[in-house]
This record gives sequence, C-alpha cells and structure tokens, in this order.
Amino acid sequence: MFSDQLHFLAQLVVSGITVGSVYSLIALGFVLIYKATDVLNLAIGELMMLGAYFCFNLITTYKIPYIPAFLITLVFSAILGILLERVILRPMIGEPILAIVMITIGLGTVFRSIIGMIWGPLNYVFPGPFSEEPLMLGTIAVSHVHLWAMIMAITVMIVFLAFFKFTTMGIGMRATADDQDIAFLMGISVKKVVAVSWLIATVVSSIAGIFLANINLLNLNLYFIGLKALPAAVMGGLDSIAGAMIGGVLIGVLENLAGGYLDHLFGGGVKEVAAFIILLLIMMIRPYGLFGTKEIERV
Amino acid sequence: MTSGDFKTSYKADTAIFQTIWIKLWMAGLVVFMIFFPFWAGPYLTYVVNLAAIATIGALGLNILTGFTGQISLGHGAFIAIGAYSTAILTADAGFPFWLALPVAALITATSGLIVGVPSLRLKGLYLVMSTLAFSFIVQYVIIKWEGLTRGSTGMGVPSPKFFGHAIDNDRAFYFLIMPIVVMAMLFARNLIRTKVGRAWVAIRDRDISAEVMGVNLARYKVTSFFVSSFYAGLAGGLYAYYITDISPEHFPITLSIDYLAMIIIGGMGSILGSVFGAMFVTMLPEGIRIAADVFGTSYPVLVDRFFEVKVMAFGLAIILFLIFEPTGIYGRWIKTKIYYKSWPFTY
Repeated sequence: MFSDQLHFLAQLVVSGITVGSVYSLIALGFVLIYKATDVLNLAIGELMMLGAYFCFNLITTYKIPYIPAFLITLVFSAILGILLERVILRPMIGEPILAIVMITIGLGTVFRSIIGMIWGPLNYVFPGPFSEEPLMLGTIAVSHVHLWAMIMAITVMIVFLAFFKFTTMGIGMRATADDQDIAFLMGISVKKVVAVSWLIATVVSSIAGIFLANINLLNLNLYFIGLKALPAAVMGGLDSIAGAMIGGVLIGVLENLAGGYLDHLFGGGVKEVAAFIILLLIMMIRPYGLFGTKEIERV
Repeated sequence: MTSGDFKTSYKADTAIFQTIWIKLWMAGLVVFMIFFPFWAGPYLTYVVNLAAIATIGALGLNILTGFTGQISLGHGAFIAIGAYSTAILTADAGFPFWLALPVAALITATSGLIVGVPSLRLKGLYLVMSTLAFSFIVQYVIIKWEGLTRGSTGMGVPSPKFFGHAIDNDRAFYFLIMPIVVMAMLFARNLIRTKVGRAWVAIRDRDISAEVMGVNLARYKVTSFFVSSFYAGLAGGLYAYYITDISPEHFPITLSIDYLAMIIIGGMGSILGSVFGAMFVTMLPEGIRIAADVFGTSYPVLVDRFFEVKVMAFGLAIILFLIFEPTGIYGRWIKTKIYYKSWPFTY
C-alpha cells in the first residue's frame, strides 16, 4: 500500500519534471526579452503555436523529414523574430508598460487569427519520430516524447548558459540587461542585442511549441500552455534566467501533484489553474518572484 | 468666436460643462437619445445597448488603469462576478432587479477589495500577472461550483420587472440602461475632480512622489479597485439581464483584453474616451458583419472565416492605435477640435 502511494508520487513528480522542463523553455523566452528590453511578450504562446503549425505543414504537405523540417522552422522563426522586433517593437521603445503589454497581446491576437484562417479549428496529430512505447525507469513510465522534450530543454539551456558566459554577444546581452545606458557607452550595439534577444526568444518558443504539439494535440488551444509558462517566469522572477528554469520545473511538478491529489476533491481540472494559484500565493510573499531583483526606485 | 480657452476662476476650470455651447450640445444629445430607439430598428438599438453596457465596464477599467495606473487583466472576471451575482440573486434568491443590481455590484466591489489588498505590494507587470491569475481562478470557480452557478450549462436570468411591466425587449432595455450609463458617467466625471480623483492621478503619475506628498497609497489604490469593480459589477449585472442566459462562455479570459482594448482605443484617463472605445470595440464586429454581407460574394474569405477576420481586425486595431495614435480616439477628437478652433493658424 505504502509503496503504491510512493510510486504514484514518483510518477507524478517525474512527469511533472519533464513537462516542467518545457515550461522552463518557454519561460526562458519571456525572461530573455524582458531582461534585454523590459517587454513582457504575451504573444509567446502564439509564436509557439505558429512554429508548431509551420513545422507540421512542412512535414505533412511538403513531405520533409522531421529533423530538416525542425531546422527550417527554426530559421523561419529566427527571421520572424527579427522582423517583429524591427517593425513592431522598436517604434514602441520608451512607451508605458501598458502599451507594450497590449501591443504584444494585439500581435498574439493577429497571429491566432492568421493560424485559424490557414489551418482552421481542427485537431491535428503531430507526426513525430517518437515511439509510442513508454520507457521504463525502474517502475516509472516515461514516454519518449516527454524524455526528448526534457533532453532538448536541458540542451538548449546549457547552450544558452555557455552563450551568455563565453561569447562576446552573450556578455554584451548581460551587460545590456544590467544597464542599457552604460552598455551603450561601452560600445555594445544595444539595437543588435535587442534583435538577438527577440531572435532567440522566437526560436526557443518554436522549439517548445513543436514539442508541446508532439506531447498534446496540435490545435488552436496550444497558446494557452504559453500562458501557463508565465507563472513559471514570474515565479522565478521576471529577470532571472536560473529562476525561469527552476520556476518551470517547479510549476510542472506542483501542478501535476495538485492534479493527482486534489482533482477528486474539486471535481477535476485542478491542474489547469494550479499554476495560477501558486503564482498568486508566491506573489503575496515575494512580490518580485523567488529570484527576481527587487527594484529600488528613486524619484 | 473664441480665440482661446481662458478661465478666470478655479470653479470655471473644474466645471463639468465648461461653456454654454457644451450645455446646449448636451441638451441636444439628451433629446436625440430619448428619440433614438423610436427611429432606429431593434438591431441598431441592440448594438447600442451592448455598447452602453460596455461603456459602464470601460469606465470602471479606466478608473483603475487610466486614472490610477494599475494595469489589470482581470476586469472580465469582475464582469463575470457581477453577472453571476445578479443572476443568482434574481433567479434563486428572488430579489427584484432594483435591489439585485446594486447588491450584485457591491458583491463585485467587495471581491475587488479582495484582489486589491494583496495587489498593494505589486507593481506594473507583476500586477498584470496576478490579475490574470485571478481571472483564471474565477473562471475555474464558475465552471466547477455547480451548486451555485450551474457550471458550464449556464443559468437563466428572469427579466427585470418595473411597476409590473417586464423589461424584455430592446427598446425597454434601452430606457433602463441609458439612465444608468449617464449616471455612471456623471459620477465618474465628478469623482475625478474631487480629492479622490486627484489622488488617483497622482498615484498614476508617480506613486512614490504621491506618497511623499501625503497621499495614502494603500487607501486610494484600494478605493480605486473598489470603485472600478463596482462599475464592472453593474455592467455585468445589466449584461446578464439583457442576454437572459449566461454561461462561462460569455466571460472568456479575452474579455479583459477587450476592455483594455476599449480604454486604449478610446483614450486612457478620459471619461469620454471610455464611451468612444466601448462603441468602437462593440461595433467593430458588427461593421465587419456588414462588410461580409456586402463584399462576401467577391471575397468569400470574409464569410467563411468570419470569426478569424473579426479577431484579426480587433488585434490590428489595437496595434495600429498603439503605434499611430497612443492617445486614442479621444486624443484624435481633441486634436480635430483644436484644429478647427484655431484654423487657419496652426497654434
């Protein structure tokens, strides 16, 4: 009996960690843009969805194999990211927070309608190369998609950590995040940094979108998962990359636990709101997230 | 002809209706509004009623976001709370509408307090997030608390009765809604020029400076949440009465975005802007429906993908207004007025 319960718990935690690692990826997209430009990009859910649909189209209509299609999607989203920054976001520099939040919401709305126009409100099964057989870790079952999603997420994060630590561009980005004016004076091209952050954010969200479409179905509700990664980003503190990673995994595990143990108490669906309740609780205790820097304001 | 806007006393400067001409125009408007539903068909009256209800909600959000500077993505949740309180009070508790509506608005305002108090420590984007989280939770509660809200099947709302007459057609509703809208506007306009209103504007412009000058931040922020959600409750209640059948689908998460779009498109921090914005956002889908009827044969995409076209027009309207006219329709209106007033000189 006891071992059954323990097993249930372990299963919930493991699948929570795998899904949470995808949340971490999306949260990374939020944090990168926020750090570099102080913009909260609420269109990330839609960018994610756009990447997934684009890749899906390449595979099914143009019969391109999975991995080349994946790479082409990344190039496409990189171009999209730069375009967005140049055309829509750059004119908004210096505008109040509300305007910037709303313009990303507006962008998301437009993307969602474009996706709806092209692909319609159908459910698609993403033709992934992953086998259906779950992988057994001891007695705990993990599906291949989840495992690959986690491996991908961890790889992407390691690549970015290395990028921020060792490349000139990465160091420049950290400097810009720290203080835009000083970075500018030190000869860092702030414009380039901002463009690169958007590029990275859209690429990362495309990766997350493709894996999420593999895990769930591909339909117009995929953007909602992007919103669920928001609590992860906010919880970790909007300007902390490590916070985003930990926040994502934490949200994944906690919402799985809430779904597993509380669902029968509230009649199901606890998993959908658990992340937001956790977010509210954390906001009350730490208004700047777990690892976010507290803003000290001077008049 | 007036050559400028010269005031000789503070009283004249803070007057609601500043010149005799504005008073005359207002009187004309009132006469027009009384006769409007008699020549406009039921359809036009219906659209105007929806816009009027949205105006009340937009006024509420403008008080919170436009005047106090607290960005909220949870206004739709307050509207839902107002609508459901009204429905439950009328259908289950048997309250008459003139009692149910204010009580429901008070319930909503109290829930605004519950959100407002924890939000005192939060600023900017963190407040956006916590109000968004709040609206997800409200939606979940509405769907899951089936004993109270009938869950996703929704609940019916009996028509309000006024001296034995059921108010159940568009014209009757017009005459119920319009006085409430006018009162809501006058109240908001008056509130803005009082001590409370000036405190709100001070908080919006710079909260630390406001605090240094002796504005009690906590008190006025919470007041703003209270008044704003009171308006939302009124709008929700009227909406519930008007559509007679409410379900969680009527209050999606995107409703809050609709309201934010209204005050941005109409004009932040302006009473008249709330009216413009509510009218624009409510009438945009109707305008596209007309366009779909007219151009549907040559551009079938307008009909086939009507929903997506509607959503896209909405998104584009937000983006274009933010980039090209951040002060909204109200700002454009003021600029046009100044242009004609000072013509042929540019200043």
